[in-house]
Order: sequence, then structure tokens, then C-alpha cells
Amino acid sequence: MSTPGSPQPSGPAKKVRAKARPADRIFLGLSTGSAASIMVILAGVALFLIIQAVPAIVADWPNNSDLKSGPTGGYPNFWAYVGPLIWGTLFASAIALVIGAPVAIGIALFISHYAPRRLAGILGYLVDLLAAVPSIVFGLWGIIVIRPFLLPLSDWLNTYLGWIPLFGGQVSTTGSTILAGAVVLAVMILPIITSISREIFLQTPRLHEEAALALGATKWEMIKLAVFPYGRSGVISATLLGLGRALGETMAIALIISPAILVSVRMITEGENSQTIAANIALNFPIATTLQREALIGTGLLLFVISLAVNMLARVIAGRAGKGSQKKKKAMLAQLPPSDPSTVLAVDDVLAKKRNEGTVEHAEAAAVDGSPSEIDEEERKGKDA
Amino acid sequence: MSATISPSRQPTGRITNSLTSGQLPRLIEWYVLAGSLALSAIILALMGFNIAGWLVLSAVIYLLALGILSSAVENRRKATDRVIRGLVTVAFLLALAPLVSTLITVFANGIGVINWDFITQTSASVFNTDTLEVTTQVGAWQAIVGTLIITGIAALISIPIGILTAIYLVEYATKQNWMARTVTFLVDVMTGIPSIVAGLFAFSLFTLIVGPKAFSGFSASVALSVLMIPIVVRSCEEMLRLVPMDLREASYALGVSKFSTITKIVLPTAIAGIVTGVMLAIARVIGETAPIFMAASFTDNFNANPFDGPMQTLPVMAYTGYKFPGQDIAASNASAWGAALLLVFLVIILNLIARIVAKVFAPKGSR
Repeated sequence: MSTPGSPQPSGPAKKVRAKARPADRIFLGLSTGSAASIMVILAGVALFLIIQAVPAIVADWPNNSDLKSGPTGGYPNFWAYVGPLIWGTLFASAIALVIGAPVAIGIALFISHYAPRRLAGILGYLVDLLAAVPSIVFGLWGIIVIRPFLLPLSDWLNTYLGWIPLFGGQVSTTGSTILAGAVVLAVMILPIITSISREIFLQTPRLHEEAALALGATKWEMIKLAVFPYGRSGVISATLLGLGRALGETMAIALIISPAILVSVRMITEGENSQTIAANIALNFPIATTLQREALIGTGLLLFVISLAVNMLARVIAGRAGKGSQKKKKAMLAQLPPSDPSTVLAVDDVLAKKRNEGTVEHAEAAAVDGSPSEIDEEERKGKDA
Repeated sequence: MSATISPSRQPTGRITNSLTSGQLPRLIEWYVLAGSLALSAIILALMGFNIAGWLVLSAVIYLLALGILSSAVENRRKATDRVIRGLVTVAFLLALAPLVSTLITVFANGIGVINWDFITQTSASVFNTDTLEVTTQVGAWQAIVGTLIITGIAALISIPIGILTAIYLVEYATKQNWMARTVTFLVDVMTGIPSIVAGLFAFSLFTLIVGPKAFSGFSASVALSVLMIPIVVRSCEEMLRLVPMDLREASYALGVSKFSTITKIVLPTAIAGIVTGVMLAIARVIGETAPIFMAASFTDNFNANPFDGPMQTLPVMAYTGYKFPGQDIAASNASAWGAALLLVFLVIILNLIARIVAKVFAPKGSR
């Protein structure tokens, strides 16, 4: 994108400068300030968490009167406390990802390549609606629907596959298991992975697809040959972004799992499940004393670092597709769309017309001069040039 | 002269249509679907019927039958194709199940609680002077007010910062500009901040400024802003980039200043998209529980002052109703469902407004 305002020196050496108006200056200052404030906010988040967390991290846990009792009692130091929590967070998210990601990618494929074109827009909207449901509602839903729903499955798994450590142990009778929590988490990350993957699949060059079909490939072979290679890095990024969401999800886990702070791979037990960082904070924060709160903030700081790392990794993987060092490679891979489902939703709403007409009608889109779809394409391509 | 190429042998017996031979009939998938639904219904009728089991078993039978049929009549490649098509469709239906189930559950459990009193009263213990009994009065008024105030302040903070940042990124910054690249990257990263971390940040900030017990509605608003700003920036950025460059260039060609071009040309063109994006961003954060719970804590008292003391909100009410119920556990749970349903209503209304704005105020001309 070229900057519209910057005067391009053209032809004669005499530079024509626009008259600087006060309103321009102020507006430039305001918008630059806002952009800078983003950096300040993110730095502030890290800084204040560190300031609050340090006293608890460096404290002498066994001899500290504050940390000896309550939720933090019985741990030699901060790392012994946070270790099982990190394990629990990763474990729950991993289960959620194993359940959710294949389904999400399947849905994305269904909407982008299988559903009738007329319906695709509406179906995509329905899945995006999942993202609009507040997490607390999913939590409550998990308590009264998912917990009992999974009980027979848990029994079955324990009876026949109990020799696998995952399904071992005493089966929960209430269903407050990490499996139930992870299922709810999987539902929550579905819309994120789906909306991003869908956008990426839709970016597949029409010519690649038609070439594959012309060579006699079935639809699935076409998808394997043309769609997946083009969108691979994007789908991996989408999955990582879903993982990032699952790591930080609080309420579903806090409401559903009956936890313990220990490292355990058991999925269908009660009171022997690993706790997650976020849920542990939510459960203990109201009853914690000052130093215990600081310990909890310390665990939150680690959660922040982990999810930041996952998100950055997702961006870097997608970015490599975008930057690609050589220009040729760039055109070969899909661009990551705005990550948030609500952003995708907003763009969808405004471009509803374009989406319904689909990519088939190139000629028509070209006929309408400066139609949004064209500009959009140009901008996205130009962005990383 | 005509060199006739006569077929060496005439086909004998039934003439097969070479175009459709080796293919299943066109509607075969529907036949198989009906068959598998019926078959699994019969099987389950013998074992004890339930809807979920019926659908799952039908899906399994359908995929197996179609795969076997297709590989027998057609070939393995087509069989794979058909099975994958079936799997992908099943995946989609699987995603609709939680959506439908969640909405039904919330409505079924919440609708009984919601009435005029629930919306307009605050939770309190009422002493009846006639019967000398203390009854708990359930009400969500304090939570509704709290939600609106906290989300409102968060919107007031986030929308200007978000829109201005988007303007900076689209209108002012060049691609090579380190600041624009950093901000774009940070905004992307910020969308991934766990919501509870935002709550801890606000709590830490206000603990350092105000001192311990720094729970307040404003603190929760700050937490929500951290979550909302990146969403607003991303939406607005996308919308501003959709504005055709021709419009800006036409404006500059007439000697209009940059400020006027942005406010009079670019923003009005993109306003529908920006409003839609902002609405959806509000809908996103209005349901956040964890950050509000950290920063504003919870209370049953009515508190409309965002700068002093804990404040109740709908999502936190739904959470505490289940996790920290009062003496009457059933009533607490019921009010939790009531709060959840009200919250879903709010989110649906915001989404509808966003859709309507996008439809009605979309820029005309580009068809």
C-alpha cells in the first residue's frame, strides 16, 4: 500500500510541500499516540505482573507464614507449585486440540468446498456464532449437559481400555473430569480454527483446483493436491491460535473440573486431575491472602508468557509463508486472515454479498470498478510486498 | 473411397451405457443415509433408544456402507472421496450440536427465572414482618447495571484508541515503518492474551495505585479494554483497507488536507464496517467472566459507582451462582441461569445490531 499523503517528487526538482495545517498535526499526533499506546499497554501488562509476582516467586515458601497455609501450603518453592499447573494447562489444551482441531478443519473444508455455495455464507455464520456465546455459558452448559453425557463413555473407556494410563484410575461418578473440561474447551476453540482455516482454504488459487480436477482427480484428491499444500502453514497457525485460546480459557475448567495440583495423565478420574493455571487462579483468588495472591499472579505471568510464545509462534509460521524471502514463494502460500472470529464475522457481514457470489464470478467482480473484493485482494497481496 | 472402420465385433447382450457404468446412482447417498438411519433405529430399539446414540450409530453405518458400496461398484479412489465427503459433513453437523444444545439448555433453564422482578430487583434478604421469615429475593438489576457500566467504560476507552490506531496503520504508516510493523505484530499477539491475565493486570495496576482491596468497576473496564482494543484495531484496519484508494486520491487531487480526507471521505465510507466491528467487539467482551471477576470481584449489593468497591456483572453472577452459591443452593443456581440467559440475550441483540448496521449502512454504489 502506498501512502496516500506522502508527496511524490515528480519531474522537476522543486519539491511541492503541502501546507501544514494544525488539524493535520494534531490528528497525526493522536493516531501515532494511540498506536504507541498499544506498545505501552502490552509492556504495562508484563511489567505490572512482574512487579506483583516477584515477591512471591523469591519468597521462602516453607517458612513464610502467609504461604505456608491455604491454597499455596505445602510447596517448597514457587516452581514446585506452578509446575503441575503448567502440566495441567498443557494437558487439558492438548486434549481439546486433539478433539477439536480435526473437526474444525473438517468444518472449514465443508464450508469452503463442499457446502452448496448459497448456503456456505449462512453455515459459516452459524459456526462463527459459536464464538459469540460467552464462555461462562459454555461452562454452565458443560456442567449440566457434557458431564452426564460423557459418563457412559468414561465407564466404557475405563472398562475396556483401562490398561492405558490415560483411562486408568477410579472413574468419576459425577463427571467432573478433565475430559469433560477439554470437550467444552474443544467446542470453544472450534470457531477460531474454523474461521481462519476457512478463509485460508478459500484463498486457494482457482486455477490450481481446476488443474487438479482437469487431470481427473476426485474432489478429495483435488483438496489433497491443491488446497492443503497451499494452506498448510495457515492451518498450522490457526491450530496454534486455537491452542492459545484453550490455554487461557478459565471458566469452563474452573466450573467443571474437580481438580488437584499434581501431574497426572488420567483423564476420567475425579479429584486426581491436573488443575490448569487459569482455573486455579479463578478458584483461589477470592480466598487468597495478599502474598498468596501474588503467587497466583506469578502463575498468571507464566500463563501470559506461554500463550504469548504460542501466539508468536503461530504468527511466525504464518509470517514465513507471507514473507518468504523470495517473491515467488510468496504467491504460493495463503495469507493469515484477521485472527479473531469477531473480526472475520465483521468482514463477512460487510462483504456478505461478495462471499455469496463467491470466487467463481471473476468476470463480474472485475466489471464493477473498484469493487471491495478487488481492493481487498490487492491490499492483502500488497501488504507484504 | 470412404475407409469404413467397422467395429470388429458387435456388442452382444445388454448394451451398457459407458457414461454411467461403474457409477452409483446419483441419489445413492440419500438412499444410504435413509437406510442407515432406519437400521440404527432398529438396532437401538432392541438395546434402548437415545437420540445421540442413534445419530452417532447412523453416521458410522452410513460411512461404512457408502465406503463398501462405492469400492465394490466404483473404485477405491471414489470410495475415499465419498467417505471423506461424508466425514466432513458429519464434522459440520457435530459442530452444530453444541451450539443448538447450549442455546436450548440456556433457554430451558433460564426462562423460568426471568421475569420483571428478576430484571428490576437487586438480590437481597427480605424480612417479612408478618410471618417473621427471612426470604432471599433473587434479582439481577445490580448485575445488569454493572455489566452495562463496565462494558460502557471499556468501550469508551477502547474505541477511540482502536480506531485511531487503525487510522495510523492504514493512513499514516508506511510498510517499512518499524513502528507500524511492531504495532501490527503486537496487536496480533494481544488478541491472544488470556482473558484472566488481563484481569490480573488490572488488579495489579490498581493495587499499586490505590492499595490493597482495589476492586472497582473501572479496574474491570481497564481489563476489558486490554482485550477489546486489539479486536477493534483489527476490524477497523480491515474496514479502512477496503476503502478504495481512488477516493483518497480524488480528494487529495482537489487539494483537501489529509485530516479532512480521513474524516470526511475515508471514515464515512467505512463507517458501516467500523460500527459492525465495534459492536461485535463489545459483544465479545461483554461475556468475559474471568477478568471482571479478578478486577471487580463480586457482590450482591447495588453499586453504580465504577470507582468504588466491588461491582456485580451478569457473567460473574452466573459464575458465582454456581461456584459460590448462597444458603439456598437451588435459588443461586437458578439465578445463575437467569443471568446467563440475559447475557445471551445481550450478545444476540448486539450481534443483530451489527448485522443490521452492516446491511443498512453499507456503502452504496459498489453494488
